[in-house]
Amino acid sequence: MTTALPSSPARVRPKWRSLKPTLLIGTVLLLILLLAALFPQLFTPYSPTDFDYTAILSSPNLKHPFGTDNFGRDIFSRVIFGTRIDLQIAVFTTAFPFVFGTLLGALSGFQGRWLDALVGRVADLVVVFPFLVLVIAIVAVLGPGLNNMFLAVSAVGWVSYWRLTRGEVLAQKKAEYAQAAQVLGYSPARVLLRHILPNAVTPAVVYLMTDMSLGILLGASLGYLGLGAQPPTPEWGVMVADGKNFMVTAWWIGTFPGLALTLAGVTFSLIGDGLADALRPKS
Amino acid sequence: MTSNVSAGRTGNPTSRVEENVQNSSATPQTAPLLSVRDLKVQIPTPGGTLEAVRGVNFDLNPGEVLGLVGESGSGKSVTLRALLKLHRAPIRVSGEVYYGGENLLTLPENRLRSVRGGQISMIFQEPMTALNPVLTVGQQILENLLEHKHLRGKAALERASELLDLTGIPSPRARLNDYPHQFSGGMRQRAMIAIALASEPKLLLADEPTTALDVTIQDQILRLLLRLRDTLSMSVILVTHDLGVVAQACDRVAVMYGGRLMETAGVNALFGGPRHAYTVGLLSSLPDVGAHRQPLRPIPGGPPDLRNLPAGCAFAPRCTYVTGACLGVEPPLQSVEPGHDSACIHHDQLGQLNSSHLPSSTLPSSALEGPL
Amino acid sequence: MTDLSPTPALEKNTLPARATPDELTGELLEVRGLTKTFAVRESWLSRLQGKPHRRVQALTDVSLTVKRGETLGIVGESGCGKSTLARTLVRLYTADSGEVSYGGLNVLELKGAALRGYHRRVQMIFQDPFSSLNPRMTVGQVLGEALSVHRMRPKGDIPARIDELLSLVGLPLEAAGRLPHEFSGGQRQRIGIARALALEPECLIADELVSALDVSVQAQVVNLLLELQERLALTVLFVAHDLRLVRHLSHRVAVMYLGRIVELAETGAIFESPKHPYTQGLLAAAPSLDPRRRTDAPAVSGELPSPLNVPSGCAFRTRCPHAFERCTLERPRLLEHAEGHWAACHLLDSAEEQFTASGTGTAL
Repeated sequence: MTTALPSSPARVRPKWRSLKPTLLIGTVLLLILLLAALFPQLFTPYSPTDFDYTAILSSPNLKHPFGTDNFGRDIFSRVIFGTRIDLQIAVFTTAFPFVFGTLLGALSGFQGRWLDALVGRVADLVVVFPFLVLVIAIVAVLGPGLNNMFLAVSAVGWVSYWRLTRGEVLAQKKAEYAQAAQVLGYSPARVLLRHILPNAVTPAVVYLMTDMSLGILLGASLGYLGLGAQPPTPEWGVMVADGKNFMVTAWWIGTFPGLALTLAGVTFSLIGDGLADALRPKS
Repeated sequence: MTSNVSAGRTGNPTSRVEENVQNSSATPQTAPLLSVRDLKVQIPTPGGTLEAVRGVNFDLNPGEVLGLVGESGSGKSVTLRALLKLHRAPIRVSGEVYYGGENLLTLPENRLRSVRGGQISMIFQEPMTALNPVLTVGQQILENLLEHKHLRGKAALERASELLDLTGIPSPRARLNDYPHQFSGGMRQRAMIAIALASEPKLLLADEPTTALDVTIQDQILRLLLRLRDTLSMSVILVTHDLGVVAQACDRVAVMYGGRLMETAGVNALFGGPRHAYTVGLLSSLPDVGAHRQPLRPIPGGPPDLRNLPAGCAFAPRCTYVTGACLGVEPPLQSVEPGHDSACIHHDQLGQLNSSHLPSSTLPSSALEGPL
Repeated sequence: MTDLSPTPALEKNTLPARATPDELTGELLEVRGLTKTFAVRESWLSRLQGKPHRRVQALTDVSLTVKRGETLGIVGESGCGKSTLARTLVRLYTADSGEVSYGGLNVLELKGAALRGYHRRVQMIFQDPFSSLNPRMTVGQVLGEALSVHRMRPKGDIPARIDELLSLVGLPLEAAGRLPHEFSGGQRQRIGIARALALEPECLIADELVSALDVSVQAQVVNLLLELQERLALTVLFVAHDLRLVRHLSHRVAVMYLGRIVELAETGAIFESPKHPYTQGLLAAAPSLDPRRRTDAPAVSGELPSPLNVPSGCAFRTRCPHAFERCTLERPRLLEHAEGHWAACHLLDSAEEQFTASGTGTAL
């Protein structure tokens, strides 16, 4: 006796249609950002470092849609070119923590015992210090600049991913499908990587999105403090810092980079939300 | 007419025959305690409106144990909760639930609150989630006593201790100070019953109270409920999916499927001569003592999609007696015999079947012999 | 009533060489003195106070034999150890002590390839249709993985074999491309069965196979099990709490209480003349489908003791109406009181003559 499957939906919707609006909008925004990052020349004829002494501190106009700063540099170009910098920040402050933290968390949760205890103690140590203070301290020792910032964040940022993944792996380990995989004689490596990890990685992935926007903000904060990107790099945070002296007289210098920061944050936020929904296993 | 044989504690484990004949369609000698008319519950979901309960009618008499039996998706638990208007918007409940001459569904909140937990109490499947873990059992009983019986102080404590004793918890006075997690599963269920009884309800709603319990403990709790029914003259609506529980604890049975009642009858009549194809199917699918390792007779298919019910009888897609007439209008619940209602067009045909599931009356009645 | 329409004919595959069964007695699996405890997480405070480490006595000195081709039912209530026993037999848990032998192999010591070989022979079907399948793998991927990891078929033949397995358990062939959430509970159990069968085992351990399913669907899956057992000559260990079902399916039944076997006999003997007071109580407590047979007093009084605190002597003595002095002092041993009928109760020693095994002996 064959049992019939529950009926499938009457019309088949195209794949992209079935994406939730948040994910869809977030992805579109991300594509725009990527375009700006990869092909900034498409958007603007100016170079971000071109000085134009004839147009110092000009307010937004047709020639300079975002105005110019005190060196005569076109703000619009700087914002566009800065996209690449800030997206790089987003990626490099999160790539290592995500990969390392997630894998370590998976191993930790799966194996338990000494590995878990050891890593747990290290994590406890790291967490004791306030994140920003720790990062600033490391950067202060190593010297300012984006690369050192990436190092500092990586040394500290993996803990969240470790904790998230470890917790999820511990829970999934008890699930019957994982037990079934063991009874089927699969190697521990296969059980962990093929069965448990795909089901345990969602919280880490969603957190990654938030972390990316936090990373950009961190870059901005450090830039604001002079510890991040160094001039003349058109990093948004540095630009906001530069603009603070001109808030009243030339508001456009700090505001537009600030809006760009917000846009990037919103983009990652939307994607994170959408992913959380999309990755949740249906029931 | 209901005849209740008072069950004192004899401690004698021999079986007793308990006959309960319920006459529902003729005018009852005593007015029903609860009258439900055209109860409907609609649950809006992303995929459409789910008609969880689609027009349920029944009466409950004083001192009666009514079993509401069905599988998952039948609507039995939803029905129970609808009786006390426990559902919140956007769930829509309509119909009438008459208790003490009033329609509970249209009562103002404060009147309804005095009925809930007062006149009508409810116990649940999982005592650990139904009991407040941060309050002692004593505090929870006292709360009920204060709210519904206006008892305080020493008198309340005395009564609380009595209640725990009534439900068979040893050292009741001391146990008042224990938290739910300090009780074992069966004891927790007893504690929950004690709290529910504090207000001396006339009606106890029990939602799968023994499903999560071990067999020997389930047996104790069912016996307790029956004993309480007798000593406190209380009615019970017992929601369950276990036909054995129904056979052992209920006077009358209502079988639900797809949000409607398919059959209501006295318990002997239901098991001895079911008159709905679904009931027949259910009883037939259970293992028979005689046919060791023979294939069982399942009901084909699966439970219906309540968002997308077919026209006609909800059970028709799975029914072996289905004919064209079943697919038109949904058959109403009609009396097929005094006290026995069925919503099956073919109830006559089923009445002819030798579908009795009771063992031959010539078997000696020892508690050990062929209990299953 | 509808007939079960027959599933397409399936050739019984020639199975690769298995471990040699004990031909004399037809034993497949022998368990001796199996013991398993679990540690309880103690708070720092308890440790500081020097309180002794508590352990859950999940299995204590369990011995039995599973005969080739039989269905052995294992019943009991919470804390009886039946699930622990099932999981220890498939090496999900590591036993504290004892022996399990399968075709001459010492199962508890197996490692690596030998252990994988054992998993090929003995498989398990789990209780929860919702969590026993990986929600992110299609049915085809689940079955395909089992087939390829164990090299059951050459790569090219795997899709065809997947189709065969689906037909074997009564699922449509399109099921291969679907995810678990698209199936009903009964269908998911079928998928679980197909997964176990992909390895072509000799023995299936079903831990509460149908408990989580609706009554009307339970019968469907039970019939499937019966059919498969016939067709594939499977030995089945049926762990369940539903006594009616166990009676229907099993050739022999073992009754467990707080980690020990208290009675073991053929189904008829257990249900018609149970010897152990717990078995008697359990059978009387199980709700009968005959509404005319009702009792006043409960069949068994008292609470189930916690496996953290198993009573001394006979574990059942706290609830047994016939308990006497010896029950507190001495744990009753599982002895053969009639042919093939084993029970662990002091009452039986004094009341009946013990059945002494003749030369060939009866397996537990």
